[in-house]
Amino acid sequence: MHNTTHWLSLAVWVPIGAGLLILMTGGDRRAGVARILALAGSIAGFLVTLPLAADFDRRSSTMQFVELAPWIERFQVNYHLGVDGISVLFILLNSFITVLVVIAGWEVIRDRVAQYMSAFLVMSGLLNGTFAALDAVLFYVFFEATLIPMYLIIGIWGGPNRVYAALKFFLYTLLGSLLLLVAFLYLYSRSGGSFAVLDYHTLPLPLDAQIVLFVAFLLAFAVKVPMWPVHTWLPDAHVEAPTGGSAVLAAILLKLGAYGFIRFSLPILPDASHYLAPLMITLSLVAIVYIGLVALVQTDMKKLIAYSSIAHMGFVTLGMFLFNAYGVEGALVQMISHGFVSAALFLCVGVMYDRMHSRNIADYGGLVNTMPKFASFMMLFALANCGLPATSGFVGEFMVIMGAMQFDFWVAFLAATTLITGAAYTLWLYKRVIYGAIANPRVAELTDAGPRELLVLGALAIAVLWLGLHPAPFTEFMHVSVENLLKHVAAGKL
Amino acid sequence: MISALPIMLPAYAEIFLLAAACAILILDVYCGERWRGLSYALSLATLAGCAVCTAYVMGMTGGEVAYTFNGMFVSDRMASVLKLFAYLGVALCLVYSRAYLRERNLLKGEYFVLVLLATLGMMVMMSANHFLTVYLGLELMSLCLYTLVALNRESTAATEAAMKYFVLGALASGLLLYGMSILYGTTGSLEITSVANALRGGASGSRTILAFGLVFLVAGIAFKLGVVPFHMWIPDVYHGAPTAVTLFLGAAPKLAAFAMAMRLLVGAAGSPPLALDWQMMLVLLSVLSMAVGNLAAIAQSNIKRMLAYSTIAHMGFMLLGLASGVVDGNRLSAPGAYGAAMFYALTYMLMSLVAFGMVVVLSRAGYEAEHISDFRGLNRRSPWFAAMMMLAMFSLAGIPPLVGFYAKLAVLSAVIEAGHVWLAVVAVAFSLIGAFYYLRVVKLMYFDEPTQQGPVRPQLDTGVLLSANGLALLALGVFPGALMQLCLSAIKGLGSI
Repeated sequence: MHNTTHWLSLAVWVPIGAGLLILMTGGDRRAGVARILALAGSIAGFLVTLPLAADFDRRSSTMQFVELAPWIERFQVNYHLGVDGISVLFILLNSFITVLVVIAGWEVIRDRVAQYMSAFLVMSGLLNGTFAALDAVLFYVFFEATLIPMYLIIGIWGGPNRVYAALKFFLYTLLGSLLLLVAFLYLYSRSGGSFAVLDYHTLPLPLDAQIVLFVAFLLAFAVKVPMWPVHTWLPDAHVEAPTGGSAVLAAILLKLGAYGFIRFSLPILPDASHYLAPLMITLSLVAIVYIGLVALVQTDMKKLIAYSSIAHMGFVTLGMFLFNAYGVEGALVQMISHGFVSAALFLCVGVMYDRMHSRNIADYGGLVNTMPKFASFMMLFALANCGLPATSGFVGEFMVIMGAMQFDFWVAFLAATTLITGAAYTLWLYKRVIYGAIANPRVAELTDAGPRELLVLGALAIAVLWLGLHPAPFTEFMHVSVENLLKHVAAGKL
Repeated sequence: MISALPIMLPAYAEIFLLAAACAILILDVYCGERWRGLSYALSLATLAGCAVCTAYVMGMTGGEVAYTFNGMFVSDRMASVLKLFAYLGVALCLVYSRAYLRERNLLKGEYFVLVLLATLGMMVMMSANHFLTVYLGLELMSLCLYTLVALNRESTAATEAAMKYFVLGALASGLLLYGMSILYGTTGSLEITSVANALRGGASGSRTILAFGLVFLVAGIAFKLGVVPFHMWIPDVYHGAPTAVTLFLGAAPKLAAFAMAMRLLVGAAGSPPLALDWQMMLVLLSVLSMAVGNLAAIAQSNIKRMLAYSTIAHMGFMLLGLASGVVDGNRLSAPGAYGAAMFYALTYMLMSLVAFGMVVVLSRAGYEAEHISDFRGLNRRSPWFAAMMMLAMFSLAGIPPLVGFYAKLAVLSAVIEAGHVWLAVVAVAFSLIGAFYYLRVVKLMYFDEPTQQGPVRPQLDTGVLLSANGLALLALGVFPGALMQLCLSAIKGLGSI
């Protein structure tokens, strides 16, 4: 069907190639060249993902745009790429966010511009590779390699406590992923020498082995999502990372964990997934309820949004372990939506931070007087974060709650409390920052968002409204794949 | 087929090297200080000549096993591959360390001769098929290394390190000899092939006595590899020796030690009942090394000591591969496991060359860049070399897409194939701890401001080769398949498997 296309390879290697090219421009004397190259590279990276959406066969649950070539023959490792309805949207999302992040960092980053832009583009390519990889080793290589640019982004361009945050981010993630490697090697041994993920889907495994593997996967992916109680790295990383880093971290990197659950845990270990679903649902509900309350008391804007991210990702993991179509599709929609909304909120904080150099909520107040355009955009994203109907935040949360209702009333009830806590912390944040009297004289001198910032926020606003008002084009992509996944999970392996 | 070949053929490279080393020794006496560059060029040419000889031997034998000197000396694919990599490692050491040694007035004729003779010792170890040949190669290498450590006569630290190395090294040689004598006593032969045959028959000697002998063999090998609890010399010697010599110590001799382990353990005692005994010992040594190496490295502020402890941890990890060959009483997975260990040893050499090479490059006339803090802000001073060091650090930490990851992957795969999942979990847990101190170096280079100013400008040849060496870590990480396959075929070509 699509035998000879190389769109996935292009989606992976165009940004990486552009990133390495930017590195060649050298020091900050040629920062302008680096910026233009980065923009061109990111736009080219986004353009090559468009055929993935256009030519995607939405009625098929099989892998599409498959590329298969031997890579390490000693271990039968293949360069095996392919996407189905579950993964294709994340590649588009990632490439889209990368363009915005490059624009958002245009004037803000003045130090080591080439390295900054290069790190983001390389990471974008690696993330695309992670979503497209159908070989366990290839997946792992991309999955782990993203740590290197993110470590540098947080550590070089981050805030005062960046070194601690960068190290914590790296070691936490590495802890989980090393166990993932052991799990993959175990599967390799069990399957008689195959690293193909799709082979693992049909590999028979007894329940006890499944449970052990599930725990290994859980540690790897739960750290990445992050799920309570291994979430503590995220607020640190978010607070210290530069704006673009926070946006990519929230929008894409967190999705890797959830994607891992849906690509590996559920289909490879269906029986363990069922067996341990109560645990997963409990952890998700703790994230939704408890972390929501934690977000309420934050005094730092970025920390508040970081905790809000954890609570929203709790919805994603909840939806996945309900084992019904509403739940899983809702989780996927929630992932996409959170990608837009959290990126937008972090970029909003970035707009304010660039002017005030403070993330402290108490330093703000009355921003609507001096930055009316910005205030209206932030209003939209704040409402989307609360899950207001007609925004993208509503669709995912509503679907997951519907799914939870089919599963158990009390689970749905607890999950639905987010509609109250989420609204409370987001709107309270908005009220304290945007409304009220101008308490800080510096706020009075602020200028409204410039055309570059409006462009970025506008693009995200369109995406948020599109997904909120007319989610069908998005859900059409995933529908058949999700059904197929659920059928597979329901059948089990025992 | 073998009889058609010239009798000395398998040892051509060794004979050539010996002759060339003697010639350089004499030439240098007459040429003196002004023409030292000639000795340097001739040494590099000698290594190139050795590579040609080895390639010729490989071509003539077709990679088949060929014996000479009454079966005392063997040429097989493993020996040839290891030798070629050893030449590469030695040549890179010579290039990286030239400026460093000249600035310290240590670039003497004996340096080249000692390096070349140490290389000869390694080559003999790699090709040994007889206990005495192993011992001969080992002593030749070790005596040259002891002297090289003491190259700077005026440095008390170096002299102390050399003494420590010598005393402990002599003790280890004694242990090794004792182990060999026990095996000789039970099997009646010193030739590795016949020892293996005698042991495979199972008729000779009680297993207790053999295991007793093996303990001493393993202790001798462990000393040369520098694994816990025979690691005491490593930090002190690495620290005390001139950095250029540390660079040399950390590279090619590891390949020789790996070859010695292969010849003595796998070659002589590799058949199942006895293999299980030494495998257990190796597992113990390996876990201890990973624990001590990784934990002690965190506490170091001297980069040479840190890398020394990192070596201990890495050699421990490499031993896991050697310990996973015989499973359920058969050797079906042995080539994979030993091939993984060989891949680990080869790639470790490349990583260590970049890391120590950077330490050498950062040292200037009258200044030793020994502290980790000397790397502070390197990205401001030289983004390119900071990137090379970063590649080395991430590779040592085992982060993909660098080659260190595939080395770990191959070894872990062998460990799990052998059914020791818990061992793999222990190994990755210590890798996680190890990642911390490698990341600290990256942190200093990229996140901190420099305390010293001025760009880093190594000599052109050093700069180019160090860059190529660093990029090779990335290139081998993207395409590790060929080297893995080479290691596998080298192990499969062994007569004993």
